[in-house]
Amino acid sequence: MTTTTLAVLVPLLPFLAAAAGLLLGRTLPGFVRPLAVLPTLAALALAVVVAVRQGGGRSIDAATELTPTGSVPVELALHIDGFAALVAVLVCVVASCVQIYSTAYLRDDPRYPSYAALVSLFTSAMLVVVYSGDLIVLLVGWEVMGICSYFLVGHYWETPEARAASLKAFLVTKLGDVPFLIGLFALAVDAGSFRITTVLGAVASGGLDHPTLIALLLLAGVAGKSAQFPLHTWLPDAMAGPTPVSALIHAATMVAAGVYFVARLLPVFTASGAALVVLAVMAAVTMTGSALAALAQDDIKRVLAYSTIGQLGYMTGALAVGDRGAAVFHLLSHGAFKALLFLAAGVIIHAAGTNSLAEMSRMKDLRDRVPDAYWTMTVALLALAAIPPFSGFFSKEAVLGAAEHAATGHAEAIPSSAGWIVLVAGLVTALLTAAYATRLWLLAFRGRGAEAPDHGRQPVAMNAVLWVLAIPSLAFGLTVGVLPRWFDGRSLTPTLTTSVLGTGVALVGGLVTYAAWRHTTALAARLPLGAVVAHPEAGGGIVEAEAMAAHAAAYGDVAYVPDPADPGRLLLGPLHRHAARGFHVDAVYSALFVRPVTAAASLVRFLDREVVETYVRGAAALPDWLGRAVRRAQTGNVQTYLSALLAGTVVLAIAVVLVATAGA
Amino acid sequence: MHLAYPAVLSALLFCTGLYGVLARRNAILVLMSVELMLNAVNLNLVAFDVWLSKAARDTLHSGQALTLFTIAIAAAEIGIGLAIVLAVYRGRGTSDIDKLRDTAESPDDGPDGSAPDASAVAVTDEKAEATA
Amino acid sequence: MNTLAAAATQTHGFLSPTGVEIAFLLVGLATFGAAIVTVTTRQLVHAALWLVVTLGGLAVEYLLLTAEFIAWVQVLIYVGSVVVLLLFGLMLTRAPIGRSPDADSGNRWAALTVAVAAAAALVWVVVDAFRTTWVDLDGAAQGTTAVTGSILFQHWVLPFEALSVLLLAALVGAIVLSRKSDRTANTAKTATTARTREGNR
Repeated sequence: MTTTTLAVLVPLLPFLAAAAGLLLGRTLPGFVRPLAVLPTLAALALAVVVAVRQGGGRSIDAATELTPTGSVPVELALHIDGFAALVAVLVCVVASCVQIYSTAYLRDDPRYPSYAALVSLFTSAMLVVVYSGDLIVLLVGWEVMGICSYFLVGHYWETPEARAASLKAFLVTKLGDVPFLIGLFALAVDAGSFRITTVLGAVASGGLDHPTLIALLLLAGVAGKSAQFPLHTWLPDAMAGPTPVSALIHAATMVAAGVYFVARLLPVFTASGAALVVLAVMAAVTMTGSALAALAQDDIKRVLAYSTIGQLGYMTGALAVGDRGAAVFHLLSHGAFKALLFLAAGVIIHAAGTNSLAEMSRMKDLRDRVPDAYWTMTVALLALAAIPPFSGFFSKEAVLGAAEHAATGHAEAIPSSAGWIVLVAGLVTALLTAAYATRLWLLAFRGRGAEAPDHGRQPVAMNAVLWVLAIPSLAFGLTVGVLPRWFDGRSLTPTLTTSVLGTGVALVGGLVTYAAWRHTTALAARLPLGAVVAHPEAGGGIVEAEAMAAHAAAYGDVAYVPDPADPGRLLLGPLHRHAARGFHVDAVYSALFVRPVTAAASLVRFLDREVVETYVRGAAALPDWLGRAVRRAQTGNVQTYLSALLAGTVVLAIAVVLVATAGA
Repeated sequence: MHLAYPAVLSALLFCTGLYGVLARRNAILVLMSVELMLNAVNLNLVAFDVWLSKAARDTLHSGQALTLFTIAIAAAEIGIGLAIVLAVYRGRGTSDIDKLRDTAESPDDGPDGSAPDASAVAVTDEKAEATA
Repeated sequence: MNTLAAAATQTHGFLSPTGVEIAFLLVGLATFGAAIVTVTTRQLVHAALWLVVTLGGLAVEYLLLTAEFIAWVQVLIYVGSVVVLLLFGLMLTRAPIGRSPDADSGNRWAALTVAVAAAAALVWVVVDAFRTTWVDLDGAAQGTTAVTGSILFQHWVLPFEALSVLLLAALVGAIVLSRKSDRTANTAKTATTARTREGNR
């Protein structure tokens, strides 16, 4: 088979699996698991073959036009360069892991068939985004991901949190998608085509008339999809979905799509210095703010969610300094270790029966209950904190190196201010990242107090997946010498200055957190906490859903627990309360948009009820009265009718005679 | 003779019959009034026929021929009319025209008009009342 | 117009009526009066008898207009059969003998208004149109049996035959309508018993 055929099959297989799963899921429950796992694995194999054949050489382009579509043609086009090939492999790896993990995690879930089909569809849509060479086809995958995330985040739709979170995820990403669509049209009009290759060619020859406008419009969509400030608020709430969905959304699909899109069209953005500065500021605000918020969260999954936002900030930062190689490198390594973090967090939640770090810190020996999760999560957290030699170190240093490169003015067409912003914010975030990673690890695995409940060993499917993902988290950095062949060719090897600086601040962050934890952990015994899950023996999905439903009821907030033993409280001081609530961005949105819209809606409702309907009722009442009046004439007495008829006849006859004689 | 005499008499008789048709309650009296009206028309036809035949404008005597036809038709009409009145009287026990109000909408009918049902109910009520 | 009318009145003035006109007028008044009584009397059988007077008066008017054949047909059919039929109808529907207070419906005043208005309009129009028209009644009679028979069977044969079909249809229709089926017979029985009971009460 040609590489093109293989590449077409990669998104097609999960799509067919999704269609089959949705059609047959109820009637043939025995086929659901193979249908979920096997096509994804096959797609993984094909994606690997495509990546090997592509080999970082010339990009593979193929296009067919199904039907003429007006002035700007829309084509089914493939554009596979090194970025696309490698990101597709990452998507398939994570999707396969998530599917395998889900077979065990959601084993008791009655809605597993539709869940698996939606995950397959989600994967397929992301692969379309990755491989597509046409912006409209890319947009199709982009929007399908949006609707799939709506369904998957709302998987536990019985809980109000999940319902609200799915709606929020959908609306906030759509809010970004509207300017994104306009930006795509503007880009296509300027370039005369939706084909990425043509667009890039037009950019290279300076053919764009409004690069800043287009770049800013596109950035809105990217910010929505990749959860960048100010459209990041949906991501922490999206934790209401099942843990594997979080892993999928955070690691490989959805949020990666935005970064990947900018990487694909980077020349469009670098054509506008203003857009790059905006991108850099956006990245800086996102990464520092989210890292502070992560340090204050109590829900283990919300910590990871904010960390995802921060790591995405690194990627957009790398893009802001014009180095898409570093961005995609970080995307790949982050995809691996963040998927691992989420899946391990799922195991821990299942074992501990709670998603609250405050409660985990009051459990002894949780790490002995879940040794696989303990070790793999340790690896992933070290990668997250960018400690050498784990993968996160190399990718993050690549980003910082690129920022330093731009800050010192060595990069062409990149404002050095963007470089400085990204570099400083990146270093601060490195410190904070190490701090919250340490806090997470200490609270989850170094708890003291009552024995952790023992539910026996976790399913093999879940543990095996963790170890599979631990390999790239541990060793992906070794590819740092090979990767530039797939990318733009720019070296990704860490430079000495940023390595020393980055690792140094990370170590400082970790050590300070450790010290704070030593100081506060004694307080844990004074304030016992603990919510009990009703069905600790059930499957992971049910335990998680119950834990989430219990959290807000027990502590009054999904993200906040008044726990004096939390080292984050000591470190953040007065900031802690605000950070735990995501710096009140939600409240600001609520005041700025939600309440005016609600007020306008009630005004419209009032106008409709009281004004419009009055006219409608009046229009009905007048004929009604007339009808009643006419009805009185219908006595049923034939003589009355006849009298009226003859009276009318006489009147008419007299009138005719009068008219005739008057004329004579 | 002036034509005005029979013409005016015809008009007056016609209007008398008209009053009878509109004012009488008993159906047979109404039929009598109809006969009056028909006769008024007949008188008109005959008078005009005589006038026009004398003036040689009409040689077919169509007025008289039509009068004969009208008389025949009136006879048929009175037969059929009486048969109908008798049938109604057998069915309802009355031949009063203003009691035959089945086509009227009763006040408790809905706006969408379930008049046939209501009238059926009314009829059965009447019958039940009659048998009681 | 005025001169024409003056000329007409000179030859045949209203103030100098002929004998035929006087006879016509007197019989017409009687006929009209009988008609008024027919539609106003409260005794139903009397109404039928006054109808006989009206129809007979009309027959006389036909004679005065020299339409002999129609006059006799009028006497035969109307006075002879139609009135008898009506009397039968009154009896079969058990019309009360004597004064019945509810012979007129509540529609009376509307009916009177309509009738008077129609009469005024018609009389006005007719007088206005025909006040000078003179019908010459001298010479050969216009409505003898010979004349009527010849024109009826020379020029009006086809309508005459069609009329016979109509009469046949009316005959069949009247029989069908008045025939008692079992169901209607039962209802009629109950209805009549009910009516007699009400009458007793």
